[in-house]
Amino acid sequence: MTPNELNSPDYDIPEELQNVVAITTLDKIYNFGRRSSIWPMMFGLACCAIEMIAAQASRYDLARFGMEVMRPSPRQCDVMIVAGTVTKKMLPAIVRLYNQMAEPKYVVSMGACASGGGPFKEGYNVVAGIDKFLPVDVYVPGCPPTPQALVYGLIKLQEKIDKQSIKQVRWYQKGPDSVEVPIPMLGPDLIDPRRIPEIKAKAAELANPPAPAEESAA
Amino acid sequence: METYGKGILKGLMVTAKHFLDSYLEDIKWWGRKRYFSPEGIAHRGSKDAKGIFTVQYPEEKVPVPEEFRYIPFLVYDEGENGEKDIRCTSCGICAKACPPQCIWIVRGSDPETGKPITQPAEFYIDADICMNCGFCSEYCPFDAIKMDHDYEIASYGRNLLDINNLLKSSKYYAEIRPLNNALEEAARAEKAAAKAAKAAASG
Amino acid sequence: MTTPAPVETIDPSAVAGQKLVEKFPGAVTADERPGYSGWVISAEKLTEAAAFIHDELGYDLLSSVTGVDYLEEGKMEVVYHAYQTTGGPALVFKVRVAREDPVTVPSVTPIWVGADFQEREIWDLYGIRFEGHPDLRRILMWEGFAGHPMRKDWKEAFHEEEVKPFKSRWPGGEHIFAENRTAYGDNVSFEAGFDPEKWIPTDPEEALYASLKKYKTEVIDGIPTDHILVNMGPQHPSTHGVFRAVVMLDGENVVSLKPVMGYLHRNHEKIGERNTWLQNMPFTDRLDYFNSMSNNWGYSLAVEKLMGIEVAERAEYLRVIMAELSRIQNHFILIGMLMNDLGAYFTPALYAFEERELILDIFEAASGSRMMCNYHRFGGVVRDVPEEWMKKIHGLVFDRLPGKIDEFDRLLTENELFVSRLKGIGVLTPEQAVNTSMTGPMLRASGIPYDIRRADPYGIYDRFDFNVAVRYNGDMYDRYLIRVDEMRESLKILEQALKQIPEGPVNSQKPSYITKVPAGEAYGRIEAPKGELGYYVVSTGKPNPYRYHVRAPSFINLTSLEMTCVDEKIADFVALLGAVDIVLGELDR
Repeated sequence: MTPNELNSPDYDIPEELQNVVAITTLDKIYNFGRRSSIWPMMFGLACCAIEMIAAQASRYDLARFGMEVMRPSPRQCDVMIVAGTVTKKMLPAIVRLYNQMAEPKYVVSMGACASGGGPFKEGYNVVAGIDKFLPVDVYVPGCPPTPQALVYGLIKLQEKIDKQSIKQVRWYQKGPDSVEVPIPMLGPDLIDPRRIPEIKAKAAELANPPAPAEESAA
Repeated sequence: METYGKGILKGLMVTAKHFLDSYLEDIKWWGRKRYFSPEGIAHRGSKDAKGIFTVQYPEEKVPVPEEFRYIPFLVYDEGENGEKDIRCTSCGICAKACPPQCIWIVRGSDPETGKPITQPAEFYIDADICMNCGFCSEYCPFDAIKMDHDYEIASYGRNLLDINNLLKSSKYYAEIRPLNNALEEAARAEKAAAKAAKAAASG
Repeated sequence: MTTPAPVETIDPSAVAGQKLVEKFPGAVTADERPGYSGWVISAEKLTEAAAFIHDELGYDLLSSVTGVDYLEEGKMEVVYHAYQTTGGPALVFKVRVAREDPVTVPSVTPIWVGADFQEREIWDLYGIRFEGHPDLRRILMWEGFAGHPMRKDWKEAFHEEEVKPFKSRWPGGEHIFAENRTAYGDNVSFEAGFDPEKWIPTDPEEALYASLKKYKTEVIDGIPTDHILVNMGPQHPSTHGVFRAVVMLDGENVVSLKPVMGYLHRNHEKIGERNTWLQNMPFTDRLDYFNSMSNNWGYSLAVEKLMGIEVAERAEYLRVIMAELSRIQNHFILIGMLMNDLGAYFTPALYAFEERELILDIFEAASGSRMMCNYHRFGGVVRDVPEEWMKKIHGLVFDRLPGKIDEFDRLLTENELFVSRLKGIGVLTPEQAVNTSMTGPMLRASGIPYDIRRADPYGIYDRFDFNVAVRYNGDMYDRYLIRVDEMRESLKILEQALKQIPEGPVNSQKPSYITKVPAGEAYGRIEAPKGELGYYVVSTGKPNPYRYHVRAPSFINLTSLEMTCVDEKIADFVALLGAVDIVLGELDR
């Protein structure tokens, strides 16, 4: 970041001190620190993972953007690039990993499968997009997105971080988003704890269908 | 007597060679631009690639070949007054050929008579289902839907594309796929000539 | 001078079938359905017949076990494909049982251990119980899942119509998200009256841990000792994807190991039954996502057998060139990833990725996409390779790749650390390898020279002069060396193919999105870089397959994982898993 970007324009710094002093806002420093060193989680599920590794390899080096290392441990990383199809069997593990990540954390949904189910959307073991359970920041469509497309997506994430303000970020608020995502359970089918009342009501309705409309009309 | 450590040294020689090459290659390119130039990018993708292999996106981009397929788009020909002559006749072959069934088409109908016309009223492609296979463009009989080269489409929300996002002009298509466009134009001209010859012969 | 009598080619599987009929009269009949082949054995005699086929007839490699649900006829069928490791075509035998629950079939695991995982999969997806199976649990779905998904009368939550194309897309194409038209607003379905608040979650892993319990506590020298249970995966840096292994440890030694799969089960086969024949082609790309060119070929082989069409000459050569380039980049990546597992974190992998990028550029120019190539069509390939790219392939094959393979060799092969980590670890004897249905480089590293390109040639592989790479020790070092050997053999094939390739059309059929496939069954298999990739398809003459099964090498090669890992250290387990070369896309399908 050049001194010009870091400087707040409201203050006039005398000529002789311009290379020595910069006056900036807390938001800018906070964002600068975070956007320049986002460490992705080594979290490849399927084919998109290979393009993610190719983006980290020598041709499309991600380390140039500060995404130096890919850590498999969620405690040590900042962005979870969900690369590949999210299946119901794997979902409890994914949500648990997201909960274990330390704030500030971001989620990038890479590929068609993570964004909206992809070509496998109709499958009985496929979750139609990770945004049903986790808050997604950037969607990168493609099947698979080429490494250049993924790098573009990560640049968009950096731009989003630049616009954030400490007063409004999700993890310092009180509210439903700032607590842990409840972990789904694997029963006869996937059960999302946040939707249990809904499921109960719907299942009860299907068991005892209401009286047909002709009766009420007549 | 066998030297213990000879294998490790051999391996280190290979790594050292790669390391020195990264400097020697830069020196060999003295006077020419090895970075941020098309010849440099082409050299790093050729069989003589040595030294630093990185293509520094976004300042340098690896050019995509003509056949590259990403998300589809609808082609329109530009009329004289700037109106968009959409090639699509809503025949539905692309929707039938699509493997994950991510194309929704509503056939256009004449507002007065209610009869179907050869224009789509609505056209949706869910880019969060599309698998970039290219069947829609392969089997379209009217060259109306083609695969785009634009991969810089990451966004902050879901990607359901409707007909307005999907329309791009045939000039753009000729830029990205010149060889294919030339073949298709030639085929169209031939067909038109044959039709004209038939009309002249019968009329 | 008399003309020599014409040589009659004997079909060894027909001879074997005749012997089978003679030995079990009344229990074995030929399959007379039009388009079908093989022998139908009655369920009571299956175990005896299987022992006869293995011992007397010499069919020691059981390649594939598939379940088929014939709903209208009220029967369920299990189809077995067995091969001789000396080469030759398959002996296909089937068992047909009535479709009333409980559906039971005797298990063949006492004779061929390799049927283990495949029978568990048929239990999971079809509900056929195998008597005599050592550990019949669900393998791809979780315990407690309601129903057996692949049955023809089981509908998934997002089910729209029986087959594609769906009428809701055209002409009445109002867009609606699939979630908004299901009862529960999502891809889930419960039986009517289900109360999630009253449902007591049972541990889906109870049966798994129970099967490991027998190793739990012991008293050694009067001191009560416990063995530690460690779950490796599904999120783990070295499991090559979402694979989980439950390992029982005694200190650092592995005592027992159970693999848990299904974390990437994407319902490939169920979706395949709804797709039309051509629509399945891009889905096969996503099986072994490193080698989409090979996956396409296996599927085209199976369907072209059913259709009975010829493949264009130039297309045959293009298929070989693409498949062998794919094999080279796969082995490069495998060695790179194996080095990651051993601790040489990323330098060999980065060198391997460099070569892979150059090969992927060729795939991108020919087919349009780096990884999901979708290049094959029935009768040939979709388009020709542009002239300048053929020159690039020449440049790679003749000038660059031989030197790079030698460089990799110099970097790794004699490295003392490498050798001491790999030599003598995880030995798999030839008998164990064949009995656990191992195929591919792992089988050849144990001394059995079985390569489908030689044993049962497909395409034009019989025109090329190459050796079948074999190593005889069966340990990890040999599994590494054989991949380097195979890369060199692939280069030989590529050189010959590039010299011999003729001009001509690249597809013998006209492009059409509607394919007419006559009724019958076919099994098309190829020597994929990971092993034998087979596709079993059943057609009833309709536009979509009736049954579509993928015989995945990664899935079946893991049968021997426990055998090789017992008594090794846990650090060696990581390397052993890496050398098996698994890809989750084809493991879980």
